[in-house]
Amino acid sequence: MEAALFNRYRSYRSLIVLVVVVMAQVLYLAYQVRTGRDERLIRVWAVSAVTPFSGIFEAIRHNTVGFLKDYFLLLDVREQNRKLKSDNDKLKMENVFFRNQLSTAEHARALTLFQAKTPSKTVAARVIGDSTVSTAKAVFIDRGSTSNIEKGMAVVTPDGIVGKVSAVYPLSAQVLLVTDSTFKVGVESQKGHIHGTLDCGSGRCVVEQIQNEEEVGIGEWFYTSGEDRIFPRGFPVGTVISSQPGNGMKDVRLNLSGAPGGAEEVLVVLDGVHQPIPASVAAEEKMAPPLPPPTPDSKESTGVLNGPGQTEADKTLQKYQQLGKEQDHVYGAMYSNMPNFAAKPVPKPPVAAPPVGAPSPAPLGSATTLGARNTESPTTVKPPAVKPLTSTHAPVLHPGAAKPVLPLGSPRATTPKPPATTEPQ
Amino acid sequence: MNESSDHLLRSRRSSESLFSRFQVAGLVVLTLIAVISKFYLPRLIPSAVWLEVPLLLVIYFGLMRPDPVPALLFGAFVGISEDSLSPANLPIGMYGITKTLVGYFAASVSQRFNVGNSLIRLVLCFFFYCFHAFFYWVMRRALLNQVVPFDTQLTLLHGAFNIAVALPLYLILDRMKLSDEH
Repeated sequence: MEAALFNRYRSYRSLIVLVVVVMAQVLYLAYQVRTGRDERLIRVWAVSAVTPFSGIFEAIRHNTVGFLKDYFLLLDVREQNRKLKSDNDKLKMENVFFRNQLSTAEHARALTLFQAKTPSKTVAARVIGDSTVSTAKAVFIDRGSTSNIEKGMAVVTPDGIVGKVSAVYPLSAQVLLVTDSTFKVGVESQKGHIHGTLDCGSGRCVVEQIQNEEEVGIGEWFYTSGEDRIFPRGFPVGTVISSQPGNGMKDVRLNLSGAPGGAEEVLVVLDGVHQPIPASVAAEEKMAPPLPPPTPDSKESTGVLNGPGQTEADKTLQKYQQLGKEQDHVYGAMYSNMPNFAAKPVPKPPVAAPPVGAPSPAPLGSATTLGARNTESPTTVKPPAVKPLTSTHAPVLHPGAAKPVLPLGSPRATTPKPPATTEPQ
Repeated sequence: MNESSDHLLRSRRSSESLFSRFQVAGLVVLTLIAVISKFYLPRLIPSAVWLEVPLLLVIYFGLMRPDPVPALLFGAFVGISEDSLSPANLPIGMYGITKTLVGYFAASVSQRFNVGNSLIRLVLCFFFYCFHAFFYWVMRRALLNQVVPFDTQLTLLHGAFNIAVALPLYLILDRMKLSDEH
């Protein structure tokens, strides 16, 4: 009798254990979902156990592989490149801020805003690991609660948005990327200030909740609207790659500018400040005066375009040719001294004034892009240039510009409209 | 009475062989390496997100152990370890449940097939990878109400990649087992 019972128990033993183990996990999972509580203790232990190894691996990889490449393959070019990239990122970040500031300053009293407005306070962090779930998009960064990082903070790069802090541990934090299926971001278009919700869950980034009647052009920039209470308003999100009428709502797809999955170094926004969406330049670009006729000298000597049609390569070639001329260096000639490429070319004397009625001789490309830098790679997606401060365009008062900047979490500022429509009644 | 003592002896022998072949410390280290590899490897090789070394370990352990109980417990342990490093919006237990089932089924299958054959192992490995991916997707939809796309072609492709990794991995693990026996 006893043996028969034991046999029966044994035959069902594995099944009973399976049911018990699975049910225990299901109940525990249901408890977490129901209460919305994250089991912090297990996660803290696991992350604290794994991140040191990951940090060590990253340090070893960085030092050994980097060392070999630096000294045997590329000497110190890699280090210089890293430093330049870092500097470039910082400058780009500053550039975004100053462009926003200048754009606002054009519409209103810039001095008041410059005093009232401060840039978002950020802390730099390095990505040290991925999530273990291949379908979920999350990464770990090497900054945690000891660096004043809190859950819900926005994570950005100078190029665009990356994600938000979803969990904080003492020495690390988890960042849920904007490409995760559960992540949604409030966005706003640059030209029409059309609001929508960015959703990258289906593998491609779509701006939802835009009516078919709304006008959204290809190449138009979308910025964070600040409505999600995560990202401060005014951070670049991406450009429109396709815009088609859909079933009820418009099908607008974006190309993210921040490359959230591939970012190695990110900025965590500790104290975000809403910024206005930079003004569009499309209309002004169409009305821009034509280029001045090229001087015969420059045309013959350089053989390259001198205007907005110039590529980065053209500009570099032109610069080097001018440097060579100034330093009496003949490219390709033997025994010609090496020119100093670090020297700045002497600016050319102003050309003769054009005839009365002719357009301004200011080069279009440089004049219309305040703060834009030539060092940026032409392949990277950049936020568009803001409207320039030129003497031909009288400053337009912006109705919302004189208002104080709202902190994160406060209701979003009203959408800028033409002065005629916002005059006090 | 004789039968029950025989069972006890057999179970003790099996647990002894478990400890002699795959020592607990070795298993923990292997699990740690597998989980860290999944955590860190995509940083080095971005296209390695499809690599499921922890799952391959659970399958191997299940196939090599005809007793389902240790296999399912090992699966639960590995799964919960992975869950603890998953995004905070995914509760702990998702991978735990999936890998528990994989461990149980792998051990059950090993009672009926000759899993010493590499081809059968790889076929089973491919099947369990697809089962794991599909069941995880079902759980996210059903239990968490999260709408996540399921790409069948991509899953099959990743399954094929994983068995390509499983082939040398299982050979190494077989070697380790043999060296322990000697």
